[in-house]
Amino acid sequence: MTEQMSMVGALNAALRAELEADEKVVLSGLDIGELGGVFRVTDRLAKDFGTHRVITSPLGEAGIVGSAVGMALAGYRPVVEIQFDGFVFPAMNQLVTQLAKYRHRSDGRLSLPVVVRIPVGGGIGAVEHHSESPEAYFAHTPGLRVLCPSTPAEAYALLRAAIRSQDPVVFLEPKKSYWAKGEVDTAAGAADPVELDRARVVRPGRHLTIATYGALVPTALKAAAGLATDGTDGPGGPGGPGGGIEAEVIDLRTLAPLDHVTVVESVRRTGRLVVAHEASQSGGIGAELAARVQADAFYDLEAPVQRVTGHDTPYPPSRLEHDWLPNLDRLLDACDVALAF
Amino acid sequence: MSRSRTATHADAARPTDRLLSCLDTTGHLHTEPELPAGVAPLDLKQALLQMTLARRLDTEAVALQRQGELGLWPSLLGQEAAQVGAASALGVRDVVFPTYREHAVAGCRGIDPVDLLGLFRGTTMGGWDPAATGVQLYTLVIGAHTLHGVGYAMGVVRDGDVGHGDPERDRAVIVFLGDGALSEGETNEAFVWAAAMDLPVVFFCQNNQWAISAPFSTQSRVPAAQRAAGFGFPGVRVDGNDVIACHAVTAKAVARAHAGGGPTLIEAVTYRRNPHTTSDDDGRYRHAAENDHWTALDPISRLRSHLEGLGALDDEWLEELAAAERTLGARVRRGCRELPPPPPDQPFLHTLTAMTPELARQREAHLAFVAGADGIDGADRSEERS
Ligand SMILES: Cc1ncc(C[n+]2csc(CCOP(=O)(O)OP(=O)(O)O)c2C)c(N)n1
Repeated sequence: MTEQMSMVGALNAALRAELEADEKVVLSGLDIGELGGVFRVTDRLAKDFGTHRVITSPLGEAGIVGSAVGMALAGYRPVVEIQFDGFVFPAMNQLVTQLAKYRHRSDGRLSLPVVVRIPVGGGIGAVEHHSESPEAYFAHTPGLRVLCPSTPAEAYALLRAAIRSQDPVVFLEPKKSYWAKGEVDTAAGAADPVELDRARVVRPGRHLTIATYGALVPTALKAAAGLATDGTDGPGGPGGPGGGIEAEVIDLRTLAPLDHVTVVESVRRTGRLVVAHEASQSGGIGAELAARVQADAFYDLEAPVQRVTGHDTPYPPSRLEHDWLPNLDRLLDACDVALAF
Repeated sequence: MSRSRTATHADAARPTDRLLSCLDTTGHLHTEPELPAGVAPLDLKQALLQMTLARRLDTEAVALQRQGELGLWPSLLGQEAAQVGAASALGVRDVVFPTYREHAVAGCRGIDPVDLLGLFRGTTMGGWDPAATGVQLYTLVIGAHTLHGVGYAMGVVRDGDVGHGDPERDRAVIVFLGDGALSEGETNEAFVWAAAMDLPVVFFCQNNQWAISAPFSTQSRVPAAQRAAGFGFPGVRVDGNDVIACHAVTAKAVARAHAGGGPTLIEAVTYRRNPHTTSDDDGRYRHAAENDHWTALDPISRLRSHLEGLGALDDEWLEELAAAERTLGARVRRGCRELPPPPPDQPFLHTLTAMTPELARQREAHLAFVAGADGIDGADRSEERS
């Protein structure tokens, strides 16, 4: 039973499926009830499952995440919503010092099956604190699993698996992809939570690997398509840079634990890696991947790893975001640099 | 110090349920024992002017958002009395810590209305000089600024700028917050600190009944003003659509702060008549009847009928008011479109005081990219390849 739906629709369907499947699943967050959340991800769920399962919480992110920790300790499976990326920070203490550490502190006796959903990323013309990419903070914290789907189908499968996972999951939803439609198989059942830790090769290729996630996956696919059909008058001559390039595109999907194995295997074949993310460069996911690849595939590398990222500045006013965000041109430029070696 | 502490506790014990008001819904002035007339005189025509101009700005901004000129606008419709009442009670040296909806406060403090638009148009992250205006930048993260107000007040106390009885010298901080902000941990920490240190802070909560779709009852089971007692400082409930009462309670609280008497929490009971922002759909969570109820309590028509009753509004003045509105409208519409787009490297210039070598490298690369991307090369290339 595959259906065309947006990522918002897919997330809504995933929440609905898990609310139906397990009465211990409880949703909480700002405005998620009657309003259906500011992005309507929880549309109609309060109506259909009741306000005891779909809770419009008081304002307060520490409260939202901290109470989820407690609910999970009491045997529930809370799925909580943070309204926007920039507003997760009041909850940072609960996320970093509590949610992430409980399993470890209890010698594995206790698990906290909590999902913290956060709309992330820019490109939607929003005001400050509504376009940020905080993933590295979470990926840096041992004990948290960090996921970021790129398509409606991925969103559906990953969110269902995340809710079933015994580990806490920070589930990042790229806002820019919220309204893009795609096929979703809602009859598929929930993915095995183990699947959570795997990156996905979305387009195979042999000359170059582009690794990215979330809203940049479609851009990477466009870049790969462009490289494949581009003229053959590039600096490398026919078959070389600038012509008939087969780029492999990897959707990382999981930022913690980072599936560097899939990337390393790919780089062993292609010899070149370009990593792209919206988050600022220093200390980002790209830095981690570059380190892993040079450690594990040093002799296979034909070129230094290239990073296409946000800059090391605060997210700019929206009138500047178009050029500030990694886009197709910047990605292609980085591919050219990697291919020119 | 100990004297003011005693005063704080005694005041905190007062019942805080009663809604203080001076001007009824028909514009009739009545006596309010807690707010004797003459204690805090307010220039009523000036207040009407400020409220009317704030509403005009709001109307224009909503329209500009609809035309795609602003990404977002948080409307203040219905909250003009609370804001003008509070702002008009401040001395020039008092400092404002606003949320993102204090457009009328900004107006009273002389901030150019066009400067308020940049944040929502996406040309700036601020828009005005906080040091020059005594108004800090808008804060989008709910409750974060309550602690900034506390810290600023600690500075005021350290500077010895309280308790002189000299309006040229004494200073206070006013922190604006919404009813939703009462639930954030940081706001509650701010209350604790302000109380523990007897700080010259006025927390001015505009209880507009809604935090996006969450009604006040989701944030609090008691009137907001009652919260203050638990922290050990006085709380006052005031009719937020009554500019005279809002002015008077704020003047009292500011005077108390100036004198070293410590913090006050004011709950101005009002209503947000428009959706939360231009992105919100309030039809999903509230009934139009509620809006009608509050429209009948409109703060501007209330003051206007009062002044009309006094015969204080002659035609000449009303024409001046209308002209001021028209001028503001034209200025806002033109000014919004003319707000200068930031230079592409603006974020790099102000990330740190000095550009680090790495940031300088990123800036160079970015500028080169932008120059190329905006030129023929980049555009062609992505067209052709995608
Ligand atoms: C920390 C944080 N969480 C969530 C939000 C999203 N948000 C913006 S305004 C708002 C409601 C605020 O309500 P209230 O404090 O009553 O102020 P009002 O907007 O009604 O003036 C929310 C939840 C935010 N800005 N900051």
